[in-house]
Amino acid sequence: MEITHQEFKRCDLFKLIGRIDSATAPQFAKALEKAVGSGKYKLVLDMSELEYMSSAGFRALLAAQRAAKKYNRGEVTLASMPDRIHEAFDLAGFTELFKIFDDPLQAVGHF
Amino acid sequence: MQTLRFPARFDYLDEIREFVGNSARQNGFDGKDVYNIQLAADEAASNIIEHAYKGKADGEIQISCGLEAERFAVVLVDYGKSFNPSHAPLPNLSADLAKRRIGGLGIFLIYKLMDEVYYQSNPDKSNTLTLVKRRA
Repeated sequence: MEITHQEFKRCDLFKLIGRIDSATAPQFAKALEKAVGSGKYKLVLDMSELEYMSSAGFRALLAAQRAAKKYNRGEVTLASMPDRIHEAFDLAGFTELFKIFDDPLQAVGHF
Repeated sequence: MQTLRFPARFDYLDEIREFVGNSARQNGFDGKDVYNIQLAADEAASNIIEHAYKGKADGEIQISCGLEAERFAVVLVDYGKSFNPSHAPLPNLSADLAKRRIGGLGIFLIYKLMDEVYYQSNPDKSNTLTLVKRRA
């Protein structure tokens, strides 16, 4: 898994590349914790090049959403979620916990 | 049925998914079903590594998969602590963000993604988890 980062005026865009499972989720969780820990509470995660995500990744997203939304200071939004990941996300009941946009710039514009 | 043995470590999940996915594909499943079977097998193996072996370094998972009578089975055998997935607490899907529990999600997904799930434990010997997807 790889994560690239792009800073915008009102939010931060992270592009997730590859696969997030129990092996790589700790690295993903750490990147999100680091962002929130350094005062970046408005996050867009571009999933267009994410091939796979298991529940380990969902858990990291949940923890990040809790941290980002604290004191109403921000939120984690998702963009370009591949259908197969979206389907599992739906089954896990996570869809309602995140705003999901068709493309990353739309998500950036939301902030 | 094809059978392979894997070290019970998270860094082998890639190979586990590849093994199970190739077998599902060879047996006529399409991309979406292949993904879901891989995800169920990953969640099952992750649970074995995390709970049956509790991070013990030298554990092993034996995985067999194949088609019998239009039913594709993934059979995972471990030699660690038994843990019956049907006894796991279900996540509360209507809880809001603050109250949403993080545990049990993998097992919940396994039941959602597969058509049949069986667990058999021989105490102090081995545990066998069988996941079945019916071919439409």
